[in-house]
Amino acid sequence: MTNEIIISGFGGQGVLSLGKILAYAGIMEGKEVSWMPAYGPEQRGGTANVTVIISDQPISSPIVNRYDTAIVLNQPSLDKFEPLVKPEGTLIYDTYGILTPPSRTDIRRLHIDAMQAAADMQNAKVFNMLVLGGLLHACPIVSIDNVVRALRKVLPERHHHLIPVNEAAIRRGMELIQPLS
Amino acid sequence: MNETSEVVLLKGNEAIAKAAYRYGYDGYFGYPITPQSEVLETLALDKPWETTGMVVLQAESEVASINMVYGGGASGKCVLTSSSSPGVALMQEGISYMAGAEIPGLIVNVGRGGPGLGTIQPGQADYHQAVYGGGNGDYHCIVLAPYSVQEMADHVGLAKELMFKWRNPVIILSDGVIGQMMEKVVLPPFHPRRTDEEVRQQCPWAANGRGKEGRRPNILTSLDLDPTRMETHNRHLSEKYKQMEQAEVRYEEYHTDDAEYIIVAYGCSARISMKAIDLLRHEGIKAGLLRPITLWPFPEQRLAELAEQCKAMLTVEASEGQMVRDVRYAVARRCPVAFYGRSGGMLPSPDEVYESLKGMLS
Repeated sequence: MTNEIIISGFGGQGVLSLGKILAYAGIMEGKEVSWMPAYGPEQRGGTANVTVIISDQPISSPIVNRYDTAIVLNQPSLDKFEPLVKPEGTLIYDTYGILTPPSRTDIRRLHIDAMQAAADMQNAKVFNMLVLGGLLHACPIVSIDNVVRALRKVLPERHHHLIPVNEAAIRRGMELIQPLS
Repeated sequence: MNETSEVVLLKGNEAIAKAAYRYGYDGYFGYPITPQSEVLETLALDKPWETTGMVVLQAESEVASINMVYGGGASGKCVLTSSSSPGVALMQEGISYMAGAEIPGLIVNVGRGGPGLGTIQPGQADYHQAVYGGGNGDYHCIVLAPYSVQEMADHVGLAKELMFKWRNPVIILSDGVIGQMMEKVVLPPFHPRRTDEEVRQQCPWAANGRGKEGRRPNILTSLDLDPTRMETHNRHLSEKYKQMEQAEVRYEEYHTDDAEYIIVAYGCSARISMKAIDLLRHEGIKAGLLRPITLWPFPEQRLAELAEQCKAMLTVEASEGQMVRDVRYAVARRCPVAFYGRSGGMLPSPDEVYESLKGMLS
């Protein structure tokens, strides 16, 4: 099994961190992983995306041009990556600010109101973990236990007290995600 | 810093930095530039000067960096610098001087698109610069081309061995993909830095003081105003390069056993091409990859052998076509050699490589 994932949104949404936690959780599962950011003069408010590949096989190219799973967190990302999802693939988007929802019917479309939920939780910083929860519900690529172990790896020790908050956000995200009706 | 034999997730640039102090390098001198800045940033974070005693210095420019490498190498120390394409262009004079004076040292180039300031996106358009010498005179550097984060770390260790074995600068020619991507890597265990006594024993040529025994001063220079002596020195270097060509060719093959079509690619292009090969194999097309690990010396002989076996070759690069000339020279018309490349920070995609090779079938 190979899952080629694109995560795309605005800079500052935690797109790269989400990818890194996912990749580390993949390692915890004993899988092969790669994480390739679109790097550049990105900053808060600019666009950011990262390609994460999690596979049972050694990974050849870290750069791909079609994706099994796309997580798009703003309209430009949706417009760019919806056409690049493989047929039967999965597209997850946050409804916030989306005027033109995805239209393809040959892919699985799911949405998550993570921006709203993060606001409700009064913690904008858990936005990406809500999205990660949604992804794990839609595509159980890695277990939540391994995500928590990954958080321990990725977060510096002084932030480990925040792990329960992040775990709660992941679990909340799992409840929030819904198929596009 | 207790990560021995543990699998960690690192960027290629981070792996270079961590490998440097783990392999017992004595010093790093560099100047930030995208897409390699994490090398210096990681060293600044990890503070190896507090543990191994390795010196880390942000120089005022790339020209200063390479001349610090010259100085460190001349005194028998194991030192490195890193930069990206336009920064490495600035270092060419120093690299030529090092080759001339036979001074060891490692130069890491995490390449981006050019020419000039170009772009900060990945590129492989510095092949000519690295392999044919961007500096003046008859010289060669050993050029290593890692294609994974693991090899970024491993090649730092290999470079240490090679630069002292041959008293010659070594270049790691990487690219913005391998520098910026994260994947699994097992870092080397800590190798102690050489003691002054070990340097004295292993580098009797080094300019590191006359010592207690008051030996003759060692002079390391690339300058000799007497052309007869200069030619003799060039002949000595040529002889050394011939030996290096015999001893140091490295490459890896992927599905070449029965391959009718062979892609030749290094670094990020090799990774992208492997994906294309998997797609082609899935359709029953017998495609394979020859991946040079050393760009100089180049696996000419193996390419000539493979050219006898296959119907055609395709060279894939993130450039307008540089290594392809060496492939054609090695193949010497035994089979057709096509080229596919993207440049200016654009990369060949697996689909494009697939289509390009399929176009050769008819």
